[in-house]
Amino acid sequence: MSIRLTLGTLAASTLLLGVAAAREPVRDIERADLPGQQVFARQCAPCHGTGPGDDGSPMLPGTAALAAKYEGALPAALELRSDLSAPVLTLFVRRGSGAMPMFRKAELTDAQIEELAAYLAATAALNTPATD
Amino acid sequence: MSLLPPDMDEAGFAAFLEELRGTVGADWVWSGEADMFPYRDSFSPVWNTGEERHASAAVAPENVEQVSEVVRIARRHRVPLFPISTGKNFGYGGPSPNVNGSVVLDLKRMNRVIEVNEERAYCLVEPGVSYFDLYREIQERGLKLMLDCPDPGWGSPVGNSLERGVGYTMPHFRDHFGAHCGMEVVLPDGEVMRTGMGALPGSDTWQEYPYGFGPDPAGLFAQGNFGVVTKMGFRLLPLPEYYRSALITVPRRRDFVKLVNHVNYLSDSGLIGEVEYGSPLSALMGNADFMALATRTGGPSDAEMDAAASDAGLHNWQVELQFFGPEKATLENWHYAKDRILSDIPGAASFEGDHFPMPATEEQLNNTTQPWQTSIKRRRSLGVPSLGAWKIVRDDGHVGFFPVLPRTGEAVFEVQRVLGDAMKEFPTLPPFFNALTTPLFWHTHTFQMVFAPSIKHDDPAHNAITHAAMKKCVAVAAEHGWGDYRAAPIYQDDVAGTYSFNNHILRRFHEQLKDAIDPDGIIAPGRGGIWPRRFRA
Ligand SMILES: Cc1cc2nc3c(=O)[nH]c(=O)nc-3n(C[C@H](O)[C@H](O)[C@H](O)COP(=O)(O)OP(=O)(O)OC[C@H]3O[C@@H](n4cnc5c(N)ncnc54)[C@H](O)[C@@H]3O)c2cc1C
Repeated sequence: MSIRLTLGTLAASTLLLGVAAAREPVRDIERADLPGQQVFARQCAPCHGTGPGDDGSPMLPGTAALAAKYEGALPAALELRSDLSAPVLTLFVRRGSGAMPMFRKAELTDAQIEELAAYLAATAALNTPATD
Repeated sequence: MSLLPPDMDEAGFAAFLEELRGTVGADWVWSGEADMFPYRDSFSPVWNTGEERHASAAVAPENVEQVSEVVRIARRHRVPLFPISTGKNFGYGGPSPNVNGSVVLDLKRMNRVIEVNEERAYCLVEPGVSYFDLYREIQERGLKLMLDCPDPGWGSPVGNSLERGVGYTMPHFRDHFGAHCGMEVVLPDGEVMRTGMGALPGSDTWQEYPYGFGPDPAGLFAQGNFGVVTKMGFRLLPLPEYYRSALITVPRRRDFVKLVNHVNYLSDSGLIGEVEYGSPLSALMGNADFMALATRTGGPSDAEMDAAASDAGLHNWQVELQFFGPEKATLENWHYAKDRILSDIPGAASFEGDHFPMPATEEQLNNTTQPWQTSIKRRRSLGVPSLGAWKIVRDDGHVGFFPVLPRTGEAVFEVQRVLGDAMKEFPTLPPFFNALTTPLFWHTHTFQMVFAPSIKHDDPAHNAITHAAMKKCVAVAAEHGWGDYRAAPIYQDDVAGTYSFNNHILRRFHEQLKDAIDPDGIIAPGRGGIWPRRFRA
């Protein structure tokens, strides 16, 4: 059996344009100049950053997972969260959560978690709109 | 109750840990539930069951002298070590060992990029260097080199290649172990050995000629347990001047056989990079009738699939091609590929995709302008490490079975049917093998197909199905000559058992070697299905 398809039919059925329409705006944020900034950039941002995800995904996987979890009740981007103290971070970093595996002390020390907490608090404060 | 290494009591364990602390410092030795929790395999299908493998302690040396000393201490105390590099082996056991009570030798702190040579296109790295680290080094120094990285960028060239992991650029670089050149290894007695030209004092070709003289033992350290690798060299690609992508679709189901042969030719001739096979008919899987056809026991006939495709105005198969090189060469190679395939397969169609000079801009890396719904993951295709791929992780993780099969369309059809039928026993799992399942062209000269059922930490019944399905896949595939390329510790004995030619001579040979150099099993006993005498008894 032979099938004849014009290029037009095929194009209409397999080509998808306008992927960008499904994307959400990505927020630019101001970052606190603290040692935790580099720790965050290297250890957390590849999954929890504010930029877009790969290949048309609106968000990076960790940010997307938190957006789905909190449904707007809390910011999906960790750098906008003011409630992540070192003990709270320690819990998630050392025990993992869902698809996020645990991090070992050999790769992220307790001191670096403290630095992360200070960086996140300062960065969240920098990006909180003034209320007066 | 704390977990202990095999044949050891609390006092012996305490004395052993004390010696480790004396070597690496008290901050870099851990034991106890809280510190050892991150050494569990969070993607384990036997999570919280008696089959889960737990380490008793972990030690993180910062240089090769400390590694050597740790190995000597372990040998004196007869404690099995389980070396990891970055420890991100998710889907294949994470950082967890084969033997309960093993001590993880965590090499993450050894994170020096020792050399990146632009003119001669190689690097030499320590185990703790991640793909992110190596990429950053290349970018910061403005070197015109391209990496070949796996999906997740947090793994390491050393750990990934020792698992024979894969990437997504040109054929000979996708096989990460194949692209290594020269290694340094701490042997089970603590001696430091270098392979290839590294064994010749004063040579300047360690990262350029892998063999040196005589037998090359480098292969023993991949998926093996004969030593702790402390340095490894890798070949890198010169940064290509230009990148080009394209799509070819073919109408009939049987056209896949010819399509694969053409793509093989293009790949073996060095004209294309990694390809993504797919089926435009995937769009129909939401339709219950079509789904029933594509997953039917015994498989659908070609005529039925051709009729379904025709009714939907779709082609049966597609392949996305990627070209690297000077701009004119990529264009000529694309024209050649298109002419070759379109002149041989009636009704085949071709489409030009994104193309641009390298290095790609951030916008190009984001991959939102391809004029079709693409399966190409742009960052990994251009050797840019990312964690964007984590979006494919469902539930709390998954385990992977990726059988090696011949690089032919017929073999793909057979795997679809055989493993599709076998997995009918597990109706709650997604139909990984169905009439549309396409092969992965990862390793240089072979195909693999994906089976990666999910796990859930709080659902032992779900995990038990995943576990049983994994075991069945390994067994059924082996009956047809398709072997798994890599496996988590809990499956390594099963998989090694399938490579059984001549009454398991391969395993018996490995055991002889293991008995000769590591009879007490100081280095990862059980890894690769190789058990030393002490643990076979
Ligand atoms: C969503 C997802 C996508 C993935 N995509 C890919 C992919 O594209 N390609 C791919 O290859 N994998 C992939 N993986 C699997 C895995 O995540 C990667 O292969 C990862 O790079 C392996 O972890 P690692 O590099 O940290 O190696 P490690 O975990 O450090 O090492 C792996 C194993 O090698 C041995 N080993 C490590 N270092 C040493 C040493 N120095 N001496 C002796 N033995 C050692 C140990 O047995 C260790 O368990 C994927 C996983 C997931 C979940």
